[in-house]
Amino acid sequence: MNEIRTPIFQLLNRLGDMTLFLAEGFRQIPYSRRLAGKVVQQVYVIGAKSMFVILLIGLFTGLVLGLQAFYAMSMFGAQGMLGSLLALTLIREMAPVLTAVMITARAGSAMTAEIGVMRISDQIDALEVMDIHPIGYLVSPRLLAALITFPLLTSIFTVIGIFGGYLSACVLLSLNEGRYFSGIESSVTLHDIQGCFLKAAVFAVLVILVCCYQGYNAHLRKDGKGAEAVGNATTSAVVMSCVLILMADYVLTSFLL
Amino acid sequence: MNVDAWNISIRNLNGGYGGRVVLEDLTAELPAGAITTLLGESGCGKTTLLRLLLGLNTPLSGQIFIGGHDICRMPPAQFHKMRRRFGVLFQDGALISSLTLEEDVALPLMEHTRLPRKVLQEAAQRTLELVGLERFANFYPGELSGGMRKRAGLARAIVTEPPVLFCDEPTSGLDPITAAQMDQLLLDMHACYPQMTTLVVTHDLGSMARIAEHVLVLHAGKTAFSGTKEELSQTRDPYLLRFLDRQFEESRRMAAPPLNNAVRSALEEWLND
Repeated sequence: MNEIRTPIFQLLNRLGDMTLFLAEGFRQIPYSRRLAGKVVQQVYVIGAKSMFVILLIGLFTGLVLGLQAFYAMSMFGAQGMLGSLLALTLIREMAPVLTAVMITARAGSAMTAEIGVMRISDQIDALEVMDIHPIGYLVSPRLLAALITFPLLTSIFTVIGIFGGYLSACVLLSLNEGRYFSGIESSVTLHDIQGCFLKAAVFAVLVILVCCYQGYNAHLRKDGKGAEAVGNATTSAVVMSCVLILMADYVLTSFLL
Repeated sequence: MNVDAWNISIRNLNGGYGGRVVLEDLTAELPAGAITTLLGESGCGKTTLLRLLLGLNTPLSGQIFIGGHDICRMPPAQFHKMRRRFGVLFQDGALISSLTLEEDVALPLMEHTRLPRKVLQEAAQRTLELVGLERFANFYPGELSGGMRKRAGLARAIVTEPPVLFCDEPTSGLDPITAAQMDQLLLDMHACYPQMTTLVVTHDLGSMARIAEHVLVLHAGKTAFSGTKEELSQTRDPYLLRFLDRQFEESRRMAAPPLNNAVRSALEEWLND
């Protein structure tokens, strides 16, 4: 019985700890000094530095979707619906999920490694003894920056994805441009856009929570100490973020549809 | 917080990690306005004591009075206020890796005051001058040597002119000249701030001889000696005499090379490959 009970209690304990960590991250926002500057810096780290990869992934996702959808829909003579299909797929699912996954890989892993190294080299203790709240200093600006950048990058991903779909379907496969864009206009509603932004915001909080939490607690890991712990924390952060993004996506989709 | 003299008093302190007790019934007095060196073998509990004094770990039992206030029974918010009066030099400086030296040194002022950036920069620059690093203000910690990082850590520790200064092994890993410079820096600092209570954790007996007014020696988590440098030089305690003469236990001597023939022949094969 203990073999079942112990991991369940450990999981509940971890979830509780993560919830308190997140709550502290939000609670420290009003107390964090010179927050605007730190947020701008993090917007640059999470947003601007991830821009290129988001553009690249967005473009190729649109290209592939356009190509696949064109041939699949040709079988039913429904190429005219391609714009709708592509836009809805991107706005509702692909853009928020892939953007979050790409930011996790690009910025989230770096965040975990940075905070993990700060933890094992006494930098977080140094903040504490200077009476600087480590969560307020390290996590709160990242949370705010992620809440700004995730929706923005998701929008950019969507626009560039629709452009990619246009390139493959209209430019390469000669689908009528008017049919492609009117399909998008007629099918996408404000509810879809709101859902897309909601997902982006939820994923932002999840990614920052997991990545910062893993780095912050790297010294408590049982699977390694020092540099090994930071490496393992980074791996865990990326894997856990991706799993949580997909799980949260399912839950949110089931409420939004 | 009303404090007349920042003396540190440790009474029956027990501390450790998990189930492991590192400090056992430790009692010591660290006088206000003096440089106290904390000496002891590796693993005797020096860093544990420092972490307890800084509130980074919680003691198992006992009391720590700083400036007459028991920090172990103080509400956390009040202790955090008291800790603002502490300056801490961590072993490797613990400089924030994403900040330049100037930003790092100005960090406590930047986070706790509304001073304009220019004033903060000037304060940081002047403190960096004190430790001889004014030319490196725009360098990141990763671009500096170990000794420079320690000096920058000291600059950050004193930028708020704290009445209590803790230094964790300020001379470890430094060459003799840089170590002597570091000692002189601590003495100069003490001359500038004579009221400052300073605790220096060190292994370095030379450093102790140069800077200490008061000495605390730990052995196996207990106080082996607490008194002035002169009192220590007259001690007849066998452990202290061995410690000061840098004598080690005979049983630790290498009677024979540790590798056996099988390992040696494998190494031979690899070296001749």
